[in-house]
Amino acid sequence: MNPAPSIVFFTTASGAGYGLLFWLGVLRPLGWGGGAASSLGATAVVLALALVTAGLLSSLAHLGNPQRAWRALSQWRSSWLSREGVAAVLTYPPALLFLLALWFGWPAVAAVAGPLAAAGAAATIYCTAMIYASIKPVRQWRHPLVVPGYFAMAAFSGAALLAALAAGWDAGRLLPVPAALAALGGLAAIGLKFAYWRAVDAGMPGPTRESATGLGAIGRVRPLDPPHTEQNYLLREMGFRVARKHAARLRQIALWAGFAAPAVLALLALAGAPAAPLLSLGALLALLGVLVERWLMFAEATHTVMLYYR
Amino acid sequence: MTSLPDRPAGAKKLGLVIDLDTCVGCQACATNCKEWNASGHSAPLPDFKPYSAGAEGVWFNRVHSYEAGEGEQGRTVHFPRSCLHCETPACVTVCPTGASYKRAEDGIVLVNAETCIGCGLCAWACPYGAREMDEDSGVMKKCTLCIDRIYNETIPEAQRQPACVITCPTRARHFGDLGDPDSAVSQLVARRGGQDLMPELGYGPVNKYLQPRERSSALTEAKPVEDAPTPMDIPNPLLRWMDRVLSR
Repeated sequence: MNPAPSIVFFTTASGAGYGLLFWLGVLRPLGWGGGAASSLGATAVVLALALVTAGLLSSLAHLGNPQRAWRALSQWRSSWLSREGVAAVLTYPPALLFLLALWFGWPAVAAVAGPLAAAGAAATIYCTAMIYASIKPVRQWRHPLVVPGYFAMAAFSGAALLAALAAGWDAGRLLPVPAALAALGGLAAIGLKFAYWRAVDAGMPGPTRESATGLGAIGRVRPLDPPHTEQNYLLREMGFRVARKHAARLRQIALWAGFAAPAVLALLALAGAPAAPLLSLGALLALLGVLVERWLMFAEATHTVMLYYR
Repeated sequence: MTSLPDRPAGAKKLGLVIDLDTCVGCQACATNCKEWNASGHSAPLPDFKPYSAGAEGVWFNRVHSYEAGEGEQGRTVHFPRSCLHCETPACVTVCPTGASYKRAEDGIVLVNAETCIGCGLCAWACPYGAREMDEDSGVMKKCTLCIDRIYNETIPEAQRQPACVITCPTRARHFGDLGDPDSAVSQLVARRGGQDLMPELGYGPVNKYLQPRERSSALTEAKPVEDAPTPMDIPNPLLRWMDRVLSR
């Protein structure tokens, strides 16, 4: 599948934004972040919403007719893409209320709006993941670890961002919880992606060229002449092959530089090393790792329509 | 609405039956499809760089050629690929806007170009590659089963067939109601054991493919006549004479 830059950026940025919003929405009512008014909390929500909004705008760039995007909110009964749009729109009001509550110091409001925003963030991530997990012709996306993978990426990159922000405010008191979450998130990301890639490499059952043409009764089927000599939309969209030849190296980059390094940096910060530079670097590496992972998610996915081609 | 319509058992299911035994891969179906639909219900069907290297465009029908089987059973099979107007088309249910829909009255799957946002998700959801994006106008295009021919009262009744069917020189394509077990196409499918493509995915394609007929054993066991040498295949005159004597 073609890793369209607008979609790769969208799921990375909005995933990190929703992850950040989720952790803040959950941690704040539990007493994390201290005093009534919280400039750290408010900054974190602003950053989260900026990432989410940038991602959503980027996803509009993927559309052939972006001016009609509002129509995508209508078919939530059947379409995960529509549900994602609805969940994203519904997450804004509690998130904005949460922002006001943090800024002006209304703990009672924050205790309600925070978890609501966190629930909206989780629901949106789930819908995004289900868009892919429900595409039957792409066997790599149907794997049961795809949805947990989306949650893990969002939770990990969100925690890394929150830890970096906390280090900038009050390292001693605020740091431990998000830094520990970032380290755990990195470990979860490594475990999940490792298991997923092993399963994908072991080969997954699915349609064959024989079942796609119905010619299996005669014997093995080989393509002889293609229907067209030049490219077409199907080959460009579903037949992407460029990154597959770099897949092994990109996987190592994602696993070690993207997931393991931020986890180690978070542990170092917990152990007393200078937190602000380490965790800022960790957050950047985490975003890079998720970006590479998302790229691979598309580039390594194969579509059944390519069974018809060579 | 992209939820599928409630269609009772026995409801009309218009579709195609494609005979892979008689298809000669001439591309006439693909060409006439392009010709009719370039100005039909889903017009235009744009071409990009049509007069230079890298020419490509939107087509509803693509004719592949395959080799199937080994040895004497091996053969070349031409394989036209187009929308199968599935009974449970995921291309419809994934559509976020309702632009993609399945008609309740005859089961034809269509796209409303006025409301399509061009997200491309339906093309991902289609295992058969039936949908191609019109990148000029940013909307998805697909086979309409020539909805503007089959119900068109301004053309003679005999021509109210999809363009691909009416143009096929070997009658490898048949159009009709596959929901009616007594229709000519249903009878044909029953007689020849018509197959679904990728049945394991559960899309319930309406279009059926008739497989190449079994080769008769007389055909595969017969030896080429060249196998038996004629006297003139023996250049040496002495050996030729001996062959003639011994053959008596």
